[in-house]
Amino acid sequence: MPKTNKNKKELPPTINDFSMTIATMNGSGSQTSNLTLLRALFKMGIPVSGKNLFPSNIQGLPTWYTIRVSKDGYLARRETHEIVVAMNPATFSEDQQKVIPGGVFIYADHINQAITREDILVYPIPAKRLANESSAPANLRDYIANMVYVGVLANLLGIHIDKLEIALKFHFGDKEAPIKMNFDVIETAARWAEENLEDKIPYSVEEMDRAKNCILADGNTASALGAIYGGVQFCSWYPITPATSLAEALTYYLPMLRDDPDTNEKNYAVLQGEDELAAIGMAVGAGWAGLRSMTSTSGPGISLMTEFIGLAYFSEIPVVIWDVTRVGPSTGLPTRTSQGDLSVVYSLGHGDTQHIVLIPSTVKECFEFGWRSFDIAERLQTPVFVLSDLDLGMNQWMTDKFEYPDVDMDRGKVLWEEDFEKFKGKWGRYLDVDGDGIPYRTIPGNNKPGAAYFSRGTGHDEFARYSEDHENWERNMKRLGKKFETARKYLPKPILTGNGKAEVGILAFGSTEPAILEALDLLEIEGISADFLRVRALPLIEDVREFVESHDRIYVVELNQHGQLYQLLRIEFIGIADKLISLTKHDGLPLTANWVLEMMLAKERE
Amino acid sequence: MAVSENKVGLTRNDYRGAPTTLCAGCGHNSISNQIIAAAFELDLVPENIIKFSGIGCSSKSPTYFLNRSFGFNSLHGRMPSIATGALFGDHTLRGIGVSGDGDTANIGMGQFKHILRRNLPLVYIVENNGVYGLTKGQFSATAEVGLQLKAQGENRYMPIDIVVEALASRATFVARSFAGDAAQVKELIKAALSHNGIAVLDIISPCVTFNNRDESQHSYKWNREHREMIHDFNYIPVKDEIIIEGEFPEGVTHMVTLHDGSHIILKKLDRHYDPTDRVAALREVGQATREGILLTGLIYIDTDRPSLFEMFNLPEDKPLNRCTQDELRPSPDSLEMVNALMF
Repeated sequence: MPKTNKNKKELPPTINDFSMTIATMNGSGSQTSNLTLLRALFKMGIPVSGKNLFPSNIQGLPTWYTIRVSKDGYLARRETHEIVVAMNPATFSEDQQKVIPGGVFIYADHINQAITREDILVYPIPAKRLANESSAPANLRDYIANMVYVGVLANLLGIHIDKLEIALKFHFGDKEAPIKMNFDVIETAARWAEENLEDKIPYSVEEMDRAKNCILADGNTASALGAIYGGVQFCSWYPITPATSLAEALTYYLPMLRDDPDTNEKNYAVLQGEDELAAIGMAVGAGWAGLRSMTSTSGPGISLMTEFIGLAYFSEIPVVIWDVTRVGPSTGLPTRTSQGDLSVVYSLGHGDTQHIVLIPSTVKECFEFGWRSFDIAERLQTPVFVLSDLDLGMNQWMTDKFEYPDVDMDRGKVLWEEDFEKFKGKWGRYLDVDGDGIPYRTIPGNNKPGAAYFSRGTGHDEFARYSEDHENWERNMKRLGKKFETARKYLPKPILTGNGKAEVGILAFGSTEPAILEALDLLEIEGISADFLRVRALPLIEDVREFVESHDRIYVVELNQHGQLYQLLRIEFIGIADKLISLTKHDGLPLTANWVLEMMLAKERE
Repeated sequence: MAVSENKVGLTRNDYRGAPTTLCAGCGHNSISNQIIAAAFELDLVPENIIKFSGIGCSSKSPTYFLNRSFGFNSLHGRMPSIATGALFGDHTLRGIGVSGDGDTANIGMGQFKHILRRNLPLVYIVENNGVYGLTKGQFSATAEVGLQLKAQGENRYMPIDIVVEALASRATFVARSFAGDAAQVKELIKAALSHNGIAVLDIISPCVTFNNRDESQHSYKWNREHREMIHDFNYIPVKDEIIIEGEFPEGVTHMVTLHDGSHIILKKLDRHYDPTDRVAALREVGQATREGILLTGLIYIDTDRPSLFEMFNLPEDKPLNRCTQDELRPSPDSLEMVNALMF
């Protein structure tokens, strides 16, 4: 029986619109339970998003998983917790405080701690006892205890039990034993809840069709799959949270999608380097030798890769670098999300370097930039960064299905033997033949005498000869500048939400999009119309200037301390920079619509 | 005047590079010349070779040989990673890397050791003079303890022995030579070019400007007086007839077959030496060092370990960089399967 109290605030019934947070211990096996819940809700056609707030730790520290159920399709994190499941004694008291008044607190009844709130619904559940009574072997009982809250929630919320079974089957593949073992516990727990709990909770779920044509995936998997459809041939990488699962997804999916079915031969290689210096070095070498080459890393790895990326910029080598950003500076918060690497990757390297940066916002866009980044890198013969982040990369998102590339691969200005002949001996590796700053390149293996050249990070002339000549140096750097201007036309354009006619504009990039889209609706309720332009690449293109020009006040919203996009805009658009207002948040958590709303309301009502 | 051509119709001139800008008398120039000679004599097509280097005097030298080959002068200490990626681009090409003692044993020790355990097919030459040249005379990690240099005073730290490091990290071909011994350098380079794996050549190459005092172990004089060849060395390319009996009587010769069918024949001199025994090789080198002797020759070889490319199951003859969209982009049908896999 739930413990009830007279002071409890009765909430109106809410269908398909609440958040629940599950507090467990890292390494306790709760991830399977949480994903099962998320997937079952998704299979009911309800928009869901799941966010894992986890420590930098293998086992023992507290971890929280939040599932947002939103009939309106809002996928951002919320600050309120309608339902909290407490499985971890260490955070029991703190977790209890999180629940909104009138909300629901479910906890494992072996946690012998005081209930101090009188304004919430409290449900102790016999997680340990039901796990011990199950068919699970003794060593798995602690894990399986997490399935008890799945069964209880299924009963209280009305999650279809068959959808939970589908989710388990997906999770365990064709392994029948664990599917049965887990499902038995879910069913037992659901039955126990039916018989023992008085369902007074105001929240429930109902089947709908809003998620029917979507998939549920994480950004890193999508990025890797996109790279595979972009023809990735080489990836050298070094393990680092939160980028590891990107390279591991390559290792998982490449054999399935690319191995020769008859011979098992591979036209690709994925290689774990001894550090990030080697990872980027190998990737640059492969890009130089004509492979579609990439690496994936995060902040500390980016720092180590700096020297090589400067070399690749200057010697004009295509390579794709995924920066799945986490919180810095330094080791920072390795398992929390951030948009703090925008400035650093834009100009990474000593001397006058500048780089192309692609910034996906959705899992589907991770897939798209996965393949498109190779086209851009090879077209422009330069490193291309793709700036994802921990929230986008590692969490499960509801997203549109991946779409097959709508254009052929662009291998850029590459001369193999036949094309090289056409130059009739007048080819120079760094000659600007077409006036766009992009020279023609040959690739090792081209067997025409004269096709080879010597690549270097030192000064060179148009024919790749060593040169310390001042005019040569300046001419070459100016051509690189021209190439960067050319780059703008190959980059994905920003995306406008709204009719473009509002007084107020919002500029943002990356994974904050869901929070801002939701904030637009909340602002509308407060009587404020705003347009939203989502920047998808650096360097910025003309559309961004026009957006700034055509709005009175532009809020630049980002997850870093110094307002890195804001600073960049101020430099690019000096004359109109005073229209820009910086809104930054950098606590390691994904952005919420409510924060955007409150910050903007405060400014607008000043 | 008739110019002699090799079997691929090229003259020695076709293997040359730009004029050297290193100091006159630099041991590195002599090594460059032996690379030219080895490639010419092995009838290699220059377009089928890629040159690599890091940063330093030694790393400048790839400009001075094989003008018709692709080359990459990369970053300080990072030649191994550039070479690894580049050779994946076309694994049918031969790689020649030139590094120095600072580039390998100081800043590049990590990448050096890891390229060894991966067994990348690459001739890895260390032009070893114990000193930094381009920055004008600092000690490198191979400088002997007690060495005096003008700008630096006395070296207090123990030297790193590149051959010992190579053996410790499972290099499959380890040799040492002296730049002044042109014949041995050339034969070792030829053998290294036929080895299907990493081939480390530690070549003592005196710096005439900063480290050529008679008592230095990296000087010409010291080397001429303290060198001891562990064997006579004869490299026989696969196409030549191999005559062993008679010339190399049984019991004192040791023949090693390389992956392309060519052979190295070692004639033992004053010590019983088996270059396929790694532990024995370490012992020999250690013993010689204690006695103040520099062992030269092929110190260790293992022809059984798979090369890096064999571990990756690449197409045998088709370079990866010749693959086209048809081979690289999975079909539209497969994407439906992928979407279904996502849940």
